[in-house]
Amino acid sequence: MELFLVAMAMLLTGAVASIVATRAPKIATVCGVAGAVGGCLTGLAPTLRVLAGGDRLESRFGWDAAHGLIRLEIDPLGAFFLAPVFVLGAIAAIYGGEYLFAYRHEKRLGAPWFFYNLFLAGMATVVAARTAVVFLTAWEIMSIAAFFLVTFEHEKPETRRAGWVYLVAAHLGVACLIGMFMLLGSRSGSFESAWEGLDFSALARTAANPPYATLIFLLAIAGFGAKAGFVPFHVWLPEAHPAAPSHVSALMSGVMIKLGIYGLLRILTMLGDPALWWGPALATLGVAGATAGVALAIEQRDIKRVLAYSSMENIGLITTALGVALWGAAARLPLVAAVATTAVFVHIWNHAIMKGLMFLAAGSALHGSGTKDLEKLGGLLKRMPLTGGLMIVGGVAMAALPPLNGFIGKWLIYVSLFRGGIAVAGTRGSIALLAAGALALIGGLAAIAFVRLLGIALLGSPRSEAAAHAHESPLAMTVPLAVLAVLCVIAAILPAQIVQTIAPAIDQARGIAAGQTAIEIAKAGAAPASLGYFNFCAIVLFLGGFAATIVILRVRGIARGSTWGCGYARPTSRMSYTASSFAELPADHATPRFFRPKESRRGFEGPFPAADEYASSVPDPISERLYEPFFSSWADRFARFRILQQGNIHIYLLYILIVVTAALAWVSTRIPRGGS
Amino acid sequence: MHAIVHNLIHIAVVLIAPPLLVGVINKVKAFFAGRTGPPLLQPYYDIIKLFQKGSVISETTTWVFLAGPPIALSTAILVSLLIPAAGSAAPISFEGDLILAAYLLGLGRFFTALAAMDTGSSFEGMGASREVTFACLAEPAFFLGLATTAKLTGSLSLSGMFGPELASHWSSAGASLALVFVGWFIVALAENSRIPFDDPNTHLELTMIHEVMVLDHGGPALGMILYGASIKLFVFAALLVRLATPIATRLPIVDWLIFGVGILGVAALIGVIESATARLRLSHIPVLLVAACLLCGFGLILLAR
Repeated sequence: MELFLVAMAMLLTGAVASIVATRAPKIATVCGVAGAVGGCLTGLAPTLRVLAGGDRLESRFGWDAAHGLIRLEIDPLGAFFLAPVFVLGAIAAIYGGEYLFAYRHEKRLGAPWFFYNLFLAGMATVVAARTAVVFLTAWEIMSIAAFFLVTFEHEKPETRRAGWVYLVAAHLGVACLIGMFMLLGSRSGSFESAWEGLDFSALARTAANPPYATLIFLLAIAGFGAKAGFVPFHVWLPEAHPAAPSHVSALMSGVMIKLGIYGLLRILTMLGDPALWWGPALATLGVAGATAGVALAIEQRDIKRVLAYSSMENIGLITTALGVALWGAAARLPLVAAVATTAVFVHIWNHAIMKGLMFLAAGSALHGSGTKDLEKLGGLLKRMPLTGGLMIVGGVAMAALPPLNGFIGKWLIYVSLFRGGIAVAGTRGSIALLAAGALALIGGLAAIAFVRLLGIALLGSPRSEAAAHAHESPLAMTVPLAVLAVLCVIAAILPAQIVQTIAPAIDQARGIAAGQTAIEIAKAGAAPASLGYFNFCAIVLFLGGFAATIVILRVRGIARGSTWGCGYARPTSRMSYTASSFAELPADHATPRFFRPKESRRGFEGPFPAADEYASSVPDPISERLYEPFFSSWADRFARFRILQQGNIHIYLLYILIVVTAALAWVSTRIPRGGS
Repeated sequence: MHAIVHNLIHIAVVLIAPPLLVGVINKVKAFFAGRTGPPLLQPYYDIIKLFQKGSVISETTTWVFLAGPPIALSTAILVSLLIPAAGSAAPISFEGDLILAAYLLGLGRFFTALAAMDTGSSFEGMGASREVTFACLAEPAFFLGLATTAKLTGSLSLSGMFGPELASHWSSAGASLALVFVGWFIVALAENSRIPFDDPNTHLELTMIHEVMVLDHGGPALGMILYGASIKLFVFAALLVRLATPIATRLPIVDWLIFGVGILGVAALIGVIESATARLRLSHIPVLLVAACLLCGFGLILLAR
């Protein structure tokens, strides 16, 4: 555990050092990256020890004040979430060192590195915290550091808007969390024992009391869901992810949103046996989120917005699996629960790797060509062969296709749904099987989103000067991508070993004896080992087939020509298909009407029509139709309170006096007479 | 020993037989049109001829263009090894392989579409968009059909689901299975770009779906695409045959005979449909695919009594 504290100290040292050296961009970058990488590698040691050994590391200290206990602990569940924080944190730091350095003439680099290291330390502490006070403090540090990272390019109005939306969403979420912990604390009566009353173990003892458990569960969904990006709390994702620097987006999307899932899992371990309706409710929420995310991903023009919505889809899938797991646990179907919980955990790691890869690759495309607008990209694979090739690996994984790792989690979710549907007779079983059909539609849509992303951005001919002059990234930006791509392949061919590694965490999350999950998975007939072996053979077959094709084509002779255009010999990039045209057919026929793009068209009028005008946009429907009317109407009402804001310091002092007097008066009435 | 022989026969059949299906379909269509038609083995001659040709490759393309055909062919072959053929289990079979089969076909489509977009051609981008959209709508129908058979047999492996276990359920849940059969037949027509979804013989780029994606491929690459497409057709035909006749006698020869007759029957049926119907307007295709989803969904719901 000391190593964990050393790691936190290294992160903070790096943070402070880089802000001190902010006038020297090189030194600030070196300090920031060194602190982050050193801290992450140091922190990885205790994490791996817990994952390998299944034991727990703990440290307690604190000060003599109410709720002053500070307890940190690494248990298998925590170690499972710490691993991506540290692995992706270090990889993204190396990438970010090069990526941010391009801004050195316009911006000071001290602040982003300060907040980057603080962000990492915050995330790690969220996972290790074992008292509500420490947890909420770390949660706030994480959220606020992320806010400053998102607003790195604050001179752009859309970035300021993104930062604002994110900040509001994060704080509405944390408000729910504070309420949740207060409810937990008041139920357990643990506010009374002042020093360690809000320790998780104290909260867990008395949490499972049905009406309150339900309320706590709902607050946890709202509070943690705001961070994870559950529908309808997802609206900050598509704003914040594109605005943030790419290495930060990778970390936010790969790791931070998963901490919402972590929080939910942690609270669920405290709540004891789930009610029968929790699982189906959560699964419904997950399917809705996945559908909304993937439907909106298809239509976006900004690469990073596509990826942000795809994160929402994957969080939806993870939530679905979690819902199936809760249902399995409540309905006494241990096999279903085992497979579904495994799906949750496996997909969290896999999504962290592949989404990290995709965001970093998108960042390289932006770095190399200066744009992330799909309609202006094209032909990047020729100009950035290594980055482009690695992005294709990430895209296949993200589309959840075999033989890569994205498929493993999805496969487990399907198996759990099928197993549940077969085991339970009647309507409930059929609903589980119909959900598998919904998942198939979501999978098909995800494939469309990534065919479009890869096909438009990387292939064909460049659609703008910027894309035509794109350049390959330096090694410090390609090597992190390559590492992540290799991890994707390894995770695809060794799923059984990964399941074995994370089995202690799964057992802990399910609240069952260690080793039980492994037995149940074997019984359920879900065979990750067979799938891994198949993936390996398939990869070999594909590479062999590709090599053989090239040999055959060479032997038979290859001539070069231009693309077929019905005989037209000089095709230009303006003749190639656009991202919006590609999205039109699936958006019109395969997605819910609610999520389709808004189009405006002037149309032709009169006998001598002028030129027509056409515009289409894809605003987030929930943000546009739900939140914006709501918040703007309340903003109008609150505007009446402007009268209180006179901008004169004397008036504010008067307010303070009035409030303090009123508070004292209120308190004095409540103290019993003659009491101590 | 018996298993090895069976697997060898299985591999030989799925590698050799598929182009014959295309020949049968063409013969049936020629019969209805009152023509003699090309020889039954013409698809073989075409593929062999294509493998002997050189190719012209667009300067816009990258390695992705060349990776499309072999990956599409490899995925089709891999899926054909997961599908039970006659009576016994498939050469590769494990719990959960039904999902793998569907997603492998998805991988082949993914790379075919990427190869099409690699040419930078408007036509091929359009074709890619159509192909992935219609496949996405066909996917739920396929999965709901799988769910129905899985629910009945309690197995998550294609070999178990379409094995003798299923035969006993035709009497008790025949309505469900018949609905799934019809739904899957529609899916098979859509996935293999047959009329009424797509016309493999059309010559106008704007009306094509699958063909327009492979316009720029030629020579051995086109040969691989045609061969892979025929294997895919065989896979769907095999699934339909196994769904309709999931029987296993003690005599492998009889099993193979039933299977072979069934496969040729499916091909002939496709030929009849292609002769008797016109292709649909593009905007009506999703409606038919949703109908297939509903059929398979009803099949599933009927089981929930």
